[in-house]
Amino acid sequence: MDTDLIFQLAGISIVITVIYTVLKQAGRDEFAFSTLLLGIVVVLAMVIPKIAGLFETVRSVFQIY
Amino acid sequence: MEIMQIVGLGLVVTVLIVIIKQQRPELAIQLSVVTGVIIFSMMLGKINSVVTLMKDLAQRSNVSVLYMGTIMKIIGVAYIAEFGAQICRDAGEGAVASKIEFAAKVIVIVLAIPVIVAVFDSLLKLIP
Repeated sequence: MDTDLIFQLAGISIVITVIYTVLKQAGRDEFAFSTLLLGIVVVLAMVIPKIAGLFETVRSVFQIY
Repeated sequence: MEIMQIVGLGLVVTVLIVIIKQQRPELAIQLSVVTGVIIFSMMLGKINSVVTLMKDLAQRSNVSVLYMGTIMKIIGVAYIAEFGAQICRDAGEGAVASKIEFAAKVIVIVLAIPVIVAVFDSLLKLIP
């Protein structure tokens, strides 16, 4: 039951939000947007293996294909 | 009891998601996806035992493995389709969610065809 991943993701997304708003206030929108994209890619890189794992377990439990 | 852990985890994560959803909805969706995956993996042991029990019962009452296998496949397909469709609907994409459900219905029908044919054959035998 690895709930620490959830809290890591929550932490990362809060940090990204803060960075984005700070950079936006500083007037550097393009830089802010690129850090936002980078953050989303990092979060996706953490989430997608989990989803793949879920699909693999469902496949093995229910013998699909 | 796992149910308390699950409900506790669900509530905490819902609060986190609400916080993040105002600024960055795209990150909030991923958080809810991960929560769904973790809660399902918690319940995996129980699902496994239920599935093996149903298999044993099917063997004992010599229901053919084809039907039990088809039922298992349909349950799996339905679960994954529901998982995806619900997440798309949470994100506000009702159209994508209904497309996923439509595809799931088609796949389930295709999976059920052997059973339908078998039932049809047995019906024809009954009619003199």
